[in-house]
Amino acid sequence: MSTFEKVRDIVVEQLGVEADEVALESTFIDDLGADSLDIVELIMAFEEEFNIEIPDEAAEKIKSVQDVVSYIDQNK
Amino acid sequence: MLLDGKVALVTGASRGIGRAIAVRLASEGAKVAINYAGNTAKAEEVKAEIEKNGGEAILVQADISSAEAVDAMIEKVTEAFGQIDILVNNAGITRDGLLMRMKDEDFEAVINTNLKGVFYCTKAVSKLMMKKRSGRIVNMASVVGLMGNAGQANYAAAKAGVIGFSKSAAKELAARGINVNVVAPGFIATDMTAAMTDKAKEATLAGIPLKRMGQPEDVANAVLFLVSDYASYITGQIVNVDGGMVM
Repeated sequence: MSTFEKVRDIVVEQLGVEADEVALESTFIDDLGADSLDIVELIMAFEEEFNIEIPDEAAEKIKSVQDVVSYIDQNK
Repeated sequence: MLLDGKVALVTGASRGIGRAIAVRLASEGAKVAINYAGNTAKAEEVKAEIEKNGGEAILVQADISSAEAVDAMIEKVTEAFGQIDILVNNAGITRDGLLMRMKDEDFEAVINTNLKGVFYCTKAVSKLMMKKRSGRIVNMASVVGLMGNAGQANYAAAKAGVIGFSKSAAKELAARGINVNVVAPGFIATDMTAAMTDKAKEATLAGIPLKRMGQPEDVANAVLFLVSDYASYITGQIVNVDGGMVM
């Protein structure tokens, strides 16, 4: 599975959205309806799935699915 | 039983109110992790009492004023029991003294254990509870945190802090099925109050409508209620167990 597909699956599970709603350009808050607590949980889930640490400074910059995929690909 | 299949972590559970809470929750079927700072012998007694009554318990030593120690403790509990459904932040210390003579370290020690310890434990455990979409947290404050007490500026500050902390946590975590409440004991018969002079005890009793000291079990029963299904619509509240001392 590509990084995007793995990220998409986590987003689908955490936010209860449909897989086809999740595109690279989707933003978590505006497009996918996440609140701030959802973002924290998503970050925790990404850290677990990809076995990485996402520091707070990086987490704050994550707005879209693309942001996450890029961060993971650069840091895994 | 009320808490069948639940796992509870009670901090500062080797004696006093914490001990009574650990025993009470276990008596309703919860598996209990007994946290203590230093007194292994006393903690063993609590474990033995729970097991004698047919319950299940483990000991987890940790100084909760250290974030690392708290994380290690949580890991030990989840290794043993697989989950944590109930957290009771009970551990607390006193370093009493008049404000003018209170040392920096006396203030800091009390804040570190009584307030920061609650932060560390709540943060670590709520992570687990968020994933499960359920959990109960009860933080022990004190009537002193509501009305102040001469000679306890540090303790009162920490306990008032716990109240504000708990209300904020209740708001943040409500959407994840986690209820956070506060129990504020008044004048309870424990080692902590045994240290008071007779004169101070008399003066305190005069201000209590029920005219007697409370027992640790009185506090434990309030905690049991708040962590049970009977309290599922209660969050962000302070329950005083104080014989009417503060109204």
